[in-house]
Amino acid sequence: MSIYNDPIGHWVVVIVAMVLLLFVVLTATAYTVWFERVGLGRLQRRPGPNRVGPFGLMQLAADGIKLAFKESFIPEKTDKLIYVLAPCIGVAAAFLAWAVIPIGLWYDVQYWIADVNIGILLVFAVSALNVYAIVLGGYSSNNKYSLLGGLRSSAQLISYEMSLGLSLVPTFLIVGSLRLRDIVEYTVSWGPYHGPIPLVILTPIGFIIYLVSATAETNRTPFDLPEAEQELIGGFLTEYSGLKFTMYYLAEYLNVITVSALATLLFFGGWYLWIVPPVLAFLLKVIAFLFLYIWLRATFPRLRYDMLMRLGWKVLLPLAIANVIVTAIVVVAVQG
Amino acid sequence: MPDKEEELPEHPSALRRPADGVPDMPPGKPQSVAADIGALLGGLRMTLGQALQPVVTTMYPEDKTPRSERYRGRHYLRRYDNGLERCIGCELCAAACPVGCILVIAAENTEENRVSPGERYAKTYEINMLRCIFCGYCEDACPVQAITLGPEYELSDTSREKFIYTKERLLEPLPPDVQARLDAKERK
Repeated sequence: MSIYNDPIGHWVVVIVAMVLLLFVVLTATAYTVWFERVGLGRLQRRPGPNRVGPFGLMQLAADGIKLAFKESFIPEKTDKLIYVLAPCIGVAAAFLAWAVIPIGLWYDVQYWIADVNIGILLVFAVSALNVYAIVLGGYSSNNKYSLLGGLRSSAQLISYEMSLGLSLVPTFLIVGSLRLRDIVEYTVSWGPYHGPIPLVILTPIGFIIYLVSATAETNRTPFDLPEAEQELIGGFLTEYSGLKFTMYYLAEYLNVITVSALATLLFFGGWYLWIVPPVLAFLLKVIAFLFLYIWLRATFPRLRYDMLMRLGWKVLLPLAIANVIVTAIVVVAVQG
Repeated sequence: MPDKEEELPEHPSALRRPADGVPDMPPGKPQSVAADIGALLGGLRMTLGQALQPVVTTMYPEDKTPRSERYRGRHYLRRYDNGLERCIGCELCAAACPVGCILVIAAENTEENRVSPGERYAKTYEINMLRCIFCGYCEDACPVQAITLGPEYELSDTSREKFIYTKERLLEPLPPDVQARLDAKERK
């Protein structure tokens, strides 16, 4: 595209894209929360929110206004700078990942802010920052439950970060690129068929490891130990209220969308779906993943801490390493 | 001093101490990864199946769950068919009330001012709804069936004063279905 070669045009495009992204992603987050509440309700035979606006669609506006007008309370003896900074880190990290996520808008039109050739590594780098938001929030709150939640979170995120990273290595081995667009555009020529394929066909085990690790990375049930309400009050969230709580909440759901979008891009062919228009196909796939996360939340109880560690270190990590080795051997054997 | 740890019973259900580690799986079906994954999928199928079932929520306040005929809600003071008040100011309800939320001040009936068929009537009759526990003892104690507990339970209000129900409020006519039921009971 020529506009990208002109330095001023390039920046105009990037800034417009960033503003658009902020708007679209924030709206999407709001409706993800709505979708989760209604979906979770349906799975539990409740209607979910249905009072504010048609089908409860304005519930998020009501909640947002309520949270925004709450007193921004800071408990005594907190480390004030870190206490305020922690939720900001969470939101910033969650948004940063979207800088490199491409979305196919129409058949030849794609959207991205930065087309980095190490895109997926950047996503991991910024999503790892999320652990700082939680640990610093837990540490600075001067509350033992917060601290416990923060510590649990750091142990959990570090354990699952490894299998999450390794689960994607087979994809890179097959595609030969870390650029997200290249992974989506990966095409095969199998007999009469020539075109893009969902990579989950080639790395099903990688996908399953990714799914489990990503759930743990986003602190979703059944891996929501950092905020386990029943034992830790609210974990790192205990002392947060008002806008700072909203920021954590926003970051959590943003991360869920990011993880769903990545699963779509890396394993399910991104915006390619038969004859469905690209942007619609992408949305459908992301929504399907969001529903999967809600479904998991409605079904599984929280893991005990030792079970969590056992699953991470003794099951997922060896499986991921074996998957990498086997895929590497197969790739070398096929490509010569 | 004897070692207390040794004295604990060696029962399998005894509390596990931190150093004991994770107990072995109970005997039974042999474990397999496939069975575990199958169990997880079974759970997922179960929740999805529930999502296809109808919602069980009652859409309060549009819909309300049915109440028993004998539901004990707010109180009513009844009248006879000729318009005279039933209450004779005997204060038995106030005496029966376990929380003392009823205040009755009686006055004599005169030929010019006949309020109830008896000798006396209740000049003041107040119930403090914030104290009332809706036990219905007042209804049981009343010798002339003057007080009865109706079906209303949505009694929220904006000030404490508004919860002291005066005689005027208590004398509001009963809901027709409750009136009909009480009439039928008396005819028997």
